[in-house]
Amino acid sequence: MSDRIEPALFAPAAFDAAAAERGGYESYSYWRSTFRTFMKSRLAVTLLLAMTALVAFSFAYPALSGADPNAVALDTERWNLRPGSGSGPFGTDGLGRDMWARTWHGARTSLLLGFVIALFDVGLGMIAGAIWGYARRIDRFMTELYNVVTNIPQTVVLILLSYILRPGFWTIVIALCSTGWLSIARFVRNKVITIRDAEYNIASRCLGTPPGRIIGRNVLPYLVSVIIMEAALTIPYSIGAEVFLGFIGLGLPLDTVSLGNLVNLGKANFMLYPYQLAWPTSILAAITVSFYIVGNKFADASDPRNHV
Amino acid sequence: MLRYMLKRFAQSILTVALVVLAVFMLLRLMPTSGYFSREDYVTMDEAARTAYLRTLGVLDDPFTQFGRFASALAGGDLGRSITVYPRTPITEILAEKIPYSLWFGVAGISVSMALGLLLGVMMARYKDGPTDWLGTAYVVVVRAVPSLIYLFLIQTAASRLLGLPMIFYADDVSSWILPAASMALPGLAWYAIWLRRFMVDEENKDYIKFAVAKGVPRGKVMTGHVLRNAIVPLVQYFPTQVLLTITGSLIIESIYSIPGMGGLLVYAIRQHDNTLVQALVLIYSALVVAGVFLGDVLMALVDPRIKLSSAPVEREAA
Repeated sequence: MSDRIEPALFAPAAFDAAAAERGGYESYSYWRSTFRTFMKSRLAVTLLLAMTALVAFSFAYPALSGADPNAVALDTERWNLRPGSGSGPFGTDGLGRDMWARTWHGARTSLLLGFVIALFDVGLGMIAGAIWGYARRIDRFMTELYNVVTNIPQTVVLILLSYILRPGFWTIVIALCSTGWLSIARFVRNKVITIRDAEYNIASRCLGTPPGRIIGRNVLPYLVSVIIMEAALTIPYSIGAEVFLGFIGLGLPLDTVSLGNLVNLGKANFMLYPYQLAWPTSILAAITVSFYIVGNKFADASDPRNHV
Repeated sequence: MLRYMLKRFAQSILTVALVVLAVFMLLRLMPTSGYFSREDYVTMDEAARTAYLRTLGVLDDPFTQFGRFASALAGGDLGRSITVYPRTPITEILAEKIPYSLWFGVAGISVSMALGLLLGVMMARYKDGPTDWLGTAYVVVVRAVPSLIYLFLIQTAASRLLGLPMIFYADDVSSWILPAASMALPGLAWYAIWLRRFMVDEENKDYIKFAVAKGVPRGKVMTGHVLRNAIVPLVQYFPTQVLLTITGSLIIESIYSIPGMGGLLVYAIRQHDNTLVQALVLIYSALVVAGVFLGDVLMALVDPRIKLSSAPVEREAA
C-alpha cells in the first residue's frame, strides 16, 4: 500500500456564504459590525446627520455670510425685536445685535472650544493612560498624582490661570484639560490593564516584542472605539463647562460671542424677552444632545457583545 | 485587615497633605495686590502696604508659611477669614453655612436615590418599553444640557405654574421645595442610568439565565440576584456623595439665594482669602478621601466576594 494521498479522492467544496454565516465568525470584521449595529438604530443615524448638519452650518455660516454678530444698532427701534418681525429669524438683542448671527457664531466658538479640549484631553489621556496601564512601576506615582490633581478644585486652577494668562479661549482650554486628561488616562489605564494580561499579549511579550510595539499594535486598536466615545462626550461636557464658567464670571470675555455668554445674557433678559434665551439654548441643546446620544450609541455599537 | 486599614489611613493623610500643599503653593503665586480692598490699595502707600502684608505673614518663605499653617491646624485652629468675612473665625462661618447645604443636599440625595433606583429598576425590567424610553430621554436631557439652563427654566416655570416662591426664605417651607427638587435631578438621572446599565449587564449572565430556566419567578430573580449584584458598583459612590453634600451646589444656591456653601470657595478664591480657601480645600479633599475609603468598606460589606485587603475589582460608573 502506498502512503501517498490520492488527490483524486478529494473534491473541492464550493464556498457557501450562507454556511459561512451560520458557521460563525469567518467573515467577521470588527469595524463593519460596529458600523452595521450603529446604522441599525434609526435614532442614531438621524442624530448623526443632525449633528453633522449643525456642525457644518456652525462653521459655514460665519465663514460665508458677512453678518457681524457684534454689529450694534444705534436706532432704538431695532432693539429687542421679536423673531420674524423683519429682524432675522431669531430677532435682535438689547443692543440690536442679530441673534441669528450671534447664535451661529457662538455655536462655532463653543464647538471649537469643545473640539480643542477633546483633542488635548483624549490625545494626552490616551498616551498617558496607555503608559500608565502598561508600566507597573509608575502605577503608584500616577495613582497618587491622580488623587491629588482631581482633588484640587478646578476654580483654583482657573482663577490662577486667569491671573497669569488672561481670561480667554486658551485659559479655559488649559484649565479644563489640566484635569480632564487625567480622568481619561485613568479610564484608558483600567482598560489597558485588562488587555495587557490577555494571553496573546503574554505570548507576545515572551517572544520579545518591545513594549512600544505591543501598546501600539496590540492594545490601542482595541481602545479606538472607547476613545471616539470619550471624544464625542467631551464636547457636551466642555460646552456645559463654558456655560458654567460664564455664570461664575470666569468664562470667555464678554465681547467674545459664545453659547455660554449668550445663555448668561439671555438669562438676564428672560422675563421680558424669553426668545433671547430660548433660541441660543435650543441650538445649544440640539448640539449637546446629539453629540451625547451619538457618542453613547457608538459606544454600544462598538461593544462586540452587541454585534451578534 | 487592621494593617490594611492603617496603611490606607496613612496614604489618605499623605494625599490630603499633598493636595493642601499644592493649593497652598498655587495661592502663593497670586499677586499680593489681591489682599487689599480697592480703596485700601489706593489710599495706602508702599510702606503701609508692606507692613500690612507683613502682619498677614504672606511675605515669608512659602514653606515657613505652610509650617505655620500646619502647626495651627494641629492645634485645631483653621484660622480667620481675611477678606470675605474679615477677621471672623472660619469655623464660625462654616457652622453657619454648612447646615443649609447639608439639609438641601441630604434631601436631594434621598429623593434622587429613592426615585432614581426605582426608575433604574423599572427601566431594566421593562427594557425597550415606554418607561425605558421616557427614562432615557430624561437622563439624556439632564446629562447633556448644561444644568444652569434647565435649573433656571425650572425655577421660572415651576414657580409660576405651581405658585411657589422663586427664592428661598428660611421660614417658609414652600420655598424649600423647588431647590430640594432641583438638587435631586442630576442624581436621579445618575442612579437610574447606571442601575439600568448594570442590571441589563447582569441579566445577560449565565447564572441568571439558568435561574430563569430552573423556574425561579421573574420578580425573585430581579430583586434577589440582578438588583443585588447590579447595585454593588454603585454602592462605592454613596459615601462620597453624602459627604460632599456639605459643599453645596453653586448654581442652585445662587439662583435661589440660599446662604449655603455653594459659592463660598469661588468667592474666597476671587477675594484672595487664602486662609478660607485653604480651609475649604482641606475639608473638601479630606471628605473625598474619606468617602472613597468608606465606599470601599461599604462595597466589601455588600459583596462578600470583595476583600478589603486587596484592591477592589474595578467596575466603574462615571
